[in-house]
Amino acid sequence: MNAPLLAVENVGRRFGGFVALEGVTASFEPNKVTAIIGPNGAGKSTFFNVLSGVLPPSTGSIRFKGQDLTGTPQHRFVHLGIARSYQITNIFPDLSVHENVRVAAQAFRARYDIWTDRSRLPELDDKADAALAAVGLSQQRGATAKFLAHGQQRALEIAIALVAEPELLLLDEPTAGMGPEETKDMVALIEKLAADRTILLVEHKMKMILGLSDRILVLHHGRLIADGTPQHIQADSEVRRVYLGQNDGYA
Amino acid sequence: MTSQSSPLPVMAAAAARPAGLVATLTAWRVPLTILALCLLPWVLPSKALAVNVLIYGLIAVGYNLLFGYTGLLSFGHAAFFGAGAYATGIAIGQFGLPWFVAVALGVVFGGALAVVIGLLSIRTRGIYFSMVTLALSQLVYYAALQASSWTGGENGLRGFTVAKISLFGVAVDFLNPVAKYYVLMIFAALALWLVSRILNSPFGAAIEAIRENETRARACGYDVERTKLLSFTLSGLICALAGTMSALHLAIVPLDTLHYHTSGMIVMMTLLGGAGSFFGPFVGALAFLLMEDVISLWTSHWQIVVGSVFILFVLFLPKGIWGTALSWRAGR
Ligand SMILES: Nc1ncnc2c1ncn2[C@@H]1O[C@H](COP(=O)(O)OP(=O)(O)O)[C@@H](O)[C@H]1O
Ligand SMILES: [Mg+2]
Repeated sequence: MNAPLLAVENVGRRFGGFVALEGVTASFEPNKVTAIIGPNGAGKSTFFNVLSGVLPPSTGSIRFKGQDLTGTPQHRFVHLGIARSYQITNIFPDLSVHENVRVAAQAFRARYDIWTDRSRLPELDDKADAALAAVGLSQQRGATAKFLAHGQQRALEIAIALVAEPELLLLDEPTAGMGPEETKDMVALIEKLAADRTILLVEHKMKMILGLSDRILVLHHGRLIADGTPQHIQADSEVRRVYLGQNDGYA
Repeated sequence: MTSQSSPLPVMAAAAARPAGLVATLTAWRVPLTILALCLLPWVLPSKALAVNVLIYGLIAVGYNLLFGYTGLLSFGHAAFFGAGAYATGIAIGQFGLPWFVAVALGVVFGGALAVVIGLLSIRTRGIYFSMVTLALSQLVYYAALQASSWTGGENGLRGFTVAKISLFGVAVDFLNPVAKYYVLMIFAALALWLVSRILNSPFGAAIEAIRENETRARACGYDVERTKLLSFTLSGLICALAGTMSALHLAIVPLDTLHYHTSGMIVMMTLLGGAGSFFGPFVGALAFLLMEDVISLWTSHWQIVVGSVFILFVLFLPKGIWGTALSWRAGR
């Protein structure tokens, strides 16, 4: 068996007295797509925030490539190989599309350099253009990010994450707010990215999840109530009761 | 830069990079600014006003690095301006050090104070950051007031007149306002060149990213606190240099240099001229001091007029004088 890329052990997160995440234990093998589903407020985004260093866990530990991430500051996570997109689009709205990705690439090359001319780092342009090509935004490279269509902004955020060349990519509802056409494009993109990357995906669209994922985790009230293959999860009566049944509109 | 064809007209418009005149102004911003500064004493009503524009313009440029480019609203920059001025005055008056050593000490002392205040304030956000910088700079004010054997307390620091300096072997009469202006301008020019370098550098891109979206910048792998601290310190160094220039110019450091009125004036000048543009802060300092100079001839209540103009700008032209002019040229 492969060594897990990521192993979370008994991870929990409290906000004051409120327990948003509790006792989550799971490990993730490389180059697999795992979907995380659950009703709104189940703790999916909180789980991602803990995995990406945005929030330290209140309990438990996270190991990535065998290294304990406890106490690691958030900005280090992407350097270690964990990049993410957010549920609510999180880009640099007033920068151009190309600059959005370029400045993300620059974080691996020059962060405190005040002497070099920033335009004299052509490898950053190449990296940014490659990431934009991967998500299909080459045509828009000069546009100001905030003027892109919603679906394109979501794709841009994934390009920003991709340019870090992460081994683990966390996508929090990448198709949120998208129509059927945009969703189709996003599914195709995720399929392409999944070829050589480990992806964790929060989503509500069941058809999409069943088609994309190797494995599904179900969160409910912050607890992991099911973990298995898509077939296994579809057949799980507890999951049907708390989640799938109420979600016919999406399926 | 060539922009590729975009499917939507709105994108094509947005894709247009600053072209023509604006691009030229940006590429040549340091020489053009220095040229403008060279002409300043001959177009303004008095040489004293020109020196003030030079000094306050430089403070505003330093402040703009933090406020306009990093997005941090400090209300405490008088502390670095004052620290530079006091350290220079004390070094000359009480230790008899040569003027250029005193200038270096002033810059280092102001920069060190910026590191300390930065470390204490940088983790707070928004209004809290502004309040912490304000409170800490007030602490510096009271420290200067109390340590009167060093600083002269309420009377200000006196007794360190520099009458003659030797610059690269050439003796310059520092009591001649024109000679003094051009000597001080050399320092300002060096600082402007440095600020332009910083803005052009990868670090300049990092601080802009933080200004644009701090959480995204952090997720991209930037150590936001460290980057902000470096920006805060560089900004403090520039303001400290302006402080040493002020000390050499006035041959006195009034206690008011450290007062929060000074911090407020720095914010006003920067906003009036255009935060986030290279030349804007100079335009703001010029407009502010010119209004003060002209209107105070008519009425002692000049602050009412300047304040009203400031409010009108914040409400209707938030990009300031220079920022608005630039965006007109860029056709937006
Ligand atoms: N920063 C926070 N402070 C307080 N409560 C939070 C915070 N983040 C999330 N929560 C709460 O934790 C619960 C889980 O939220 P979230 O992880 O966003 O759910 P999901 O992404 O599954 O919809 C919700 O009840 C939410 O209100
Ligand atoms: Mg969520």
